[in-house]
Amino acid sequence: MAIEVRIPTILRTYTDGQKAVEGTGDTLAELFADLETRHTGIQARIVDGGELRRFVNVYLNDEDVRFLDGINTKVADGDNVTILPAVAGGMA
Amino acid sequence: MLTITQALVDQIVAHARKDHPDEACGVVAGPAGSDRPERFIPMLNAAMSPTFYEFDSGDLLKLYREMDDRDEEPVVIYHSHTATEAYPSRTDISYANEPGAHYVLVSTADTDGLGDFQFRSYRIVEGEVTEEEVTVVETY
Repeated sequence: MAIEVRIPTILRTYTDGQKAVEGTGDTLAELFADLETRHTGIQARIVDGGELRRFVNVYLNDEDVRFLDGINTKVADGDNVTILPAVAGGMA
Repeated sequence: MLTITQALVDQIVAHARKDHPDEACGVVAGPAGSDRPERFIPMLNAAMSPTFYEFDSGDLLKLYREMDDRDEEPVVIYHSHTATEAYPSRTDISYANEPGAHYVLVSTADTDGLGDFQFRSYRIVEGEVTEEEVTVVETY
């Protein structure tokens, strides 16, 4: 068992086009570090300065992890993690 | 080039006018790989701001799940500018994460006048903006 991570289109360049990959770790931070070992470059697109990037949404089993413990949210085998860049902008 | 029906253009413009002075935003989904916008999906601007828009994070997840299940992609991602022209701002460019999408911008800055309502479309790929022609058709 592992943690399934769904990858958005924009980050599939790091996963050879795969829509979902698997990883391990006890927290999201560890999970993203684990993904980095096989998908070089992906971690920096999600994490910045030890925190989740402001305009990247990460969901654990459909819950936005900002309402959980952010990057320190605990994860376990069988969990599903979804990464989605925010759709945002504005005139400023 | 963006080819889109008059009915969809009208829906996007109506949404932008309704939410003015806040920025309106949404998606027109279409079959994956078709480049044909079909399903109009107005989104809530969670920022509720005249200068910023952001899809609510829960709505965003639902939207992408639904498109995935239906084998669709976001063919058009639209939003309005309420006081400036319909051209992507620096903010728009830095958060543009769908290189395959047509980024449609409408400007409601002229809603009190009878001037042309701006409806323009762009590709935004790796920080580079390219305006494209918009062809409005009755049906595909």
